Amino acid sequence: MAINWFKYSAPSTFYVLAGKLIPWFAWPAAILFFVGMYIGFFVAPTDAVQSEAYRIIFIHVPASILSMIIYLVMAGYAALGLVFNTRLSSMMATALAPTGALFAFISLWTGALWGKPMWGAWWVWDARLTSELILLFLYLGFIALQASIEDPRRADRAGALLAIVGSVNVPIIYFSVQWWNTLHQGSTIKLSGTSMHIAMQQAMFTMLAAMWLYVITVALMRVRSIILERERNTQWVADLAEVKQ
Amino acid sequence: MSNLSLHGLMALVISRDLTLAMRRRSDVLTTLIFFVMVVSLFPLAVGSEIEMLRKMAPGVVWVAALLASMLSLGRMFSADYLDGTLEQMLLVPQSLSMLVLSKIIAHWMLSGLPLVLIAPVLGLQFDMAGDALLIMVVALLLGTPVLSMVGAIGAALTLGLRGGGVLVSLLVLPLCIPVLIFGTGAVAAITDGMSAAANLSLLGAFLLMSLLFTPWVAAQALRISME
Repeated sequence: MAINWFKYSAPSTFYVLAGKLIPWFAWPAAILFFVGMYIGFFVAPTDAVQSEAYRIIFIHVPASILSMIIYLVMAGYAALGLVFNTRLSSMMATALAPTGALFAFISLWTGALWGKPMWGAWWVWDARLTSELILLFLYLGFIALQASIEDPRRADRAGALLAIVGSVNVPIIYFSVQWWNTLHQGSTIKLSGTSMHIAMQQAMFTMLAAMWLYVITVALMRVRSIILERERNTQWVADLAEVKQ
Repeated sequence: MSNLSLHGLMALVISRDLTLAMRRRSDVLTTLIFFVMVVSLFPLAVGSEIEMLRKMAPGVVWVAALLASMLSLGRMFSADYLDGTLEQMLLVPQSLSMLVLSKIIAHWMLSGLPLVLIAPVLGLQFDMAGDALLIMVVALLLGTPVLSMVGAIGAALTLGLRGGGVLVSLLVLPLCIPVLIFGTGAVAAITDGMSAAANLSLLGAFLLMSLLFTPWVAAQALRISME
């Protein structure tokens, strides 16, 4: 059976597909969020060193992980759009950027809340904090560049180039900042096993899954809006039931 | 013009940009004065304790150099864009990347090199020691071309946009952070009695890497902006 892989690369078909997919991501996201919160607050034991304040990691760690993954996914979509000239890929990149910036911000904010009781300061110039801040700057630059270009085609391509340059730079920035200064605690979760309590792990991975699904949900919602905005003069948009009303 | 060699073309573009700049010297001088002024503001703001100033000097000079180079980025392509020269340059049969590289070289000679030359004087204001001064100049010599090259990408992407000047800083400054870190790190290493070789080698590596990639990326950015 020949599958037409490119059927959903057309905005008109993807718009409908995304509309159908959203509930399948939104509900699991909501359910997993509450399950993760429950395990995090009521099941996971109190930490021996950090007492109750450690519980912020259930938000902080997934948000940090996602803020980095979203940038790579965004740059990937942007590169696809630039190389193959697929409009939908560029729209996905645009749709992901605000969520990535939000997660970078949440990660910094919760990090500050955790840092105050643990390190005694809201902010320290540690390598990971600083590189997360720079990641936020990169997101803001991408959003600002796209926002200031009126022609959507140029905005897509210029943003794509910036995202690609940024993603090449991210490791360089990360390692230079790390060499510059390090105070942050090392990763607790390593590939070779972990020193974490099992309930803490469950809570963290549940929250990670919940946030991941949330990202997909809002990206799909946002890309639907972008599709509508850009295709507003086409017949298929005029024929949509929600537009006709 | 039709059988102009690549080197001939590069020399032509560089000498043209330099001549144009020399006809309007105030543009070049403004950047330089801005650099001197920003550096001189720091002692006024944080106090004149010589011990602290000596420690701060490389950082202050580097941040000021970064800001000054952002200030001049807008000029790299905009005049040629406005009078249509850039459109003609895109049609030249030779490689656009090399043409962009020539413009970058000209830009660095006009905005980067003067900063490098005046930096030791500013360092003396901050009572820097001789060996630290020397390392700072070497680091600036290796680092400022990177700023021009990375900046060229930002300048090309924001060509002709409203508020392009502020936008270009927003795009380029985060990408310049590694240069800032190792540029100041080189001087810090010397004042701490260590070798600056590692920092300088990394700056050299950044220089070579930017030399390879940024002209091509900036050329692509120009093509996107000029469509």
